[in-house]
Amino acid sequence: MINLAGRDILYGWGKFVFTGLGLGLLIGVTLSMAGIYRGLVDDGRVLLQNGGADLWVVQRDTLGPYAEPSSVRDDAYRGLLGIRGVAAAGNVTYLTMQIQHARGEVRVMLVGFEPGHPGEPGYLVAGRPITRAHYEAIADLRSGLKLGERIRIRRHEYTVVGLTRRMVSSGGDPMLFVPLKDAQEVQFLKDNDALVNERARTAANPAFNRPGVPGLLEAVQASQASSHNVNVVMLRLAPQADEAVVAREIRRWKHLEAYTRSDMDEILVAKLIATSARQIFMFLVILSIVSAAIVAFIIYTMTLNKVREIAVLKLIGARNRTIAAMILQQALGLGAIGFIVGKTAATLWAPIFPKYVLLLPGDAVLGAILVLAISALASIVAIRAALRVDPATAIGG
Amino acid sequence: MNLRLGGKAALAVAGIGAALLLGWLASSQGPLAPTKVTLAKVEQGPLVASTFGIGTVEARRSYAIGPTLASRVARVLVDQGDAVRAGQLLAELDPVDLVDRVASGQFAAERASSAIRAAQAQLAEAQSRAQLARASAQRYAELRAQNFVSQEASDVKQSDANAASAAMDAAAAQLAVSRRDRERALADVAGVGKLRAQARLLSPVDGVISARLVEPGTTIVAGQAVVQLIDPKSLWVKARIDQGQAGGVRVGQPAEIVLRSDPNRAYRGQVERVDWVSDAVTEERIVNVGFAARPESISVGELVEVTIRTAELSKVRSVPAAAVKRLERQDGVWQITAGRVAFKPVKFGITSLDGRSQIIEGLDAGDEVVVHSERELTQDAKVKVVPAIVRAGS
Repeated sequence: MINLAGRDILYGWGKFVFTGLGLGLLIGVTLSMAGIYRGLVDDGRVLLQNGGADLWVVQRDTLGPYAEPSSVRDDAYRGLLGIRGVAAAGNVTYLTMQIQHARGEVRVMLVGFEPGHPGEPGYLVAGRPITRAHYEAIADLRSGLKLGERIRIRRHEYTVVGLTRRMVSSGGDPMLFVPLKDAQEVQFLKDNDALVNERARTAANPAFNRPGVPGLLEAVQASQASSHNVNVVMLRLAPQADEAVVAREIRRWKHLEAYTRSDMDEILVAKLIATSARQIFMFLVILSIVSAAIVAFIIYTMTLNKVREIAVLKLIGARNRTIAAMILQQALGLGAIGFIVGKTAATLWAPIFPKYVLLLPGDAVLGAILVLAISALASIVAIRAALRVDPATAIGG
Repeated sequence: MNLRLGGKAALAVAGIGAALLLGWLASSQGPLAPTKVTLAKVEQGPLVASTFGIGTVEARRSYAIGPTLASRVARVLVDQGDAVRAGQLLAELDPVDLVDRVASGQFAAERASSAIRAAQAQLAEAQSRAQLARASAQRYAELRAQNFVSQEASDVKQSDANAASAAMDAAAAQLAVSRRDRERALADVAGVGKLRAQARLLSPVDGVISARLVEPGTTIVAGQAVVQLIDPKSLWVKARIDQGQAGGVRVGQPAEIVLRSDPNRAYRGQVERVDWVSDAVTEERIVNVGFAARPESISVGELVEVTIRTAELSKVRSVPAAAVKRLERQDGVWQITAGRVAFKPVKFGITSLDGRSQIIEGLDAGDEVVVHSERELTQDAKVKVVPAIVRAGS
């Protein structure tokens, strides 16, 4: 038996392949959109994983540090270390800011951490960890910073000594890790003009600048220029410790809020990125429907274009099954080409996106099944149209 | 027929090609791809352990010169930057009534001197009276014995003599009082004179004026500084070193000091003092570092970076610090066996500032360890060794 579909495709392969290519790019966009959605959620998960923490201790009644501002005294960790089950504690600060470097500026999330404690980046793709207690930084690749580059943050110059990957905030800003004390200073320190003005303002306040009390003004000004707050204390627990018990203990006795990893996951995924994720998900759904409709229409119009040929086939006595098989095989072939092109395109352009795009193999398999199913469905409509063709059209025109 | 065969072959080739393309994409680009890592060998060589801190330039000896009692500033003779010698007059306070009080004291002393002279004269008079009275009483007593005078007359004379003698004692006491008065007046004069001297602020050492804090006419309280004076020879750096890194710091260790005003030059110095008291709030140890040769342009309060060499090991094994990982409270490194990674516990020593960690035990020279990885490694993860994950210059 002759494979009618193959012969037909070979007869007009250019048209067939280019249709498949166009379809493929559309499918590629849909797959990328799925990848963007997955990447958004995964960025949140990676943010939690990177610090290597089991518990996040933040200001009471806040959803900090990612979803709400939170401020904790930087000596709170001492008390937390005393709780049974806590193995390590690390102070961490977060501040989103714009920084200048030699080739322009970049928006980063400045992370202050203590080397050797939770909150430290778990792996590097280049360079070395921070060894000095000041003025060294580890940057995420997305920031575009290079090893050895000097960047200015507020009034000090920092040297990029290490690079890391996939360390971004929930908003997608690349992270820049600096020693905690520098980060505290950056968070608090104003520019020089503001400092001078603030000093003058304090000096003009008669409560702080009394003639009979020398030294009071200096003491007040010194007390204004230091920060001993952090945004979160990350805890790593001993292997046998129960995180829920430790969290309860901290809430009850330390008057701070403690979140476990699943709590944080809930906060990040369900609260913080919920709206943008839903937005993208909605778009993904619409894009999928549109893609399906376009696939269906293309196959339908391809069939309608062949009305005359089908009429001729019928005239020479071809069976309905043969004609249906031809249309179905063509539809499936188009779907397969489309999927392969789409998957390839999505994979190749994924790294160019400014935010992480995660193409899950499961999504790809689901996409393939969907594409083939839609192709088959669309071909049914086309087959019904083809079978209704009057053989007379072959002669009558 | 030809066309059919050719067509089938073409379709088959296209199908195989598509399958290969999908397989390559899945295994090399997506989440299933092996993690790219870079390797480094354990090296043997010298390692310098250093610690890094920031600090400010401070004067070891700083003198705040001020009066001991509330007063008004009359004159300030020096300005910031002036070099002064020990004993030089720096400022003078308004003495107000101190001069008058000295004069008044001197007058009181003079008056006391006159009173002494009067008392001396009175004493002499009393003495002569007493002598006369005693002689007279003696005579009457002898006459009474021969019954020439009445008993009464003799008793009267005796009583006179006693009274004269008492008057003499009183005059002597008066003289003593007058002498004390004079001494007191003189002490007053001396005391006020000392106060007067206090109103003159003198430099205790050779040094440089670092601040002129008040201007003439200002009223200041006791202890408030009028000028500040530093000894420029005593300038040193007060550096704050994180407690976690301050363990190896000892007096005498060499240090490099970089001034913020001159960041491309490192001045040599050495640790001169390690404070016994740490800053409990900032968790920093305070280390004072002296300059080997004082930089010519330097300002007190300037920010500096200090690098102290705490140890120098001549022949140790070391790996890049980026290779040091921590897995379940255990330090170690990842090593590759048959394309998969395994965690190897290692005991580490010091880490140098350029990012090399000393190996105490667990690895031999020449062993290969994973340094950088594309993502967090887990036990038995599949990896692919590449020369560098990030292309140099990108």
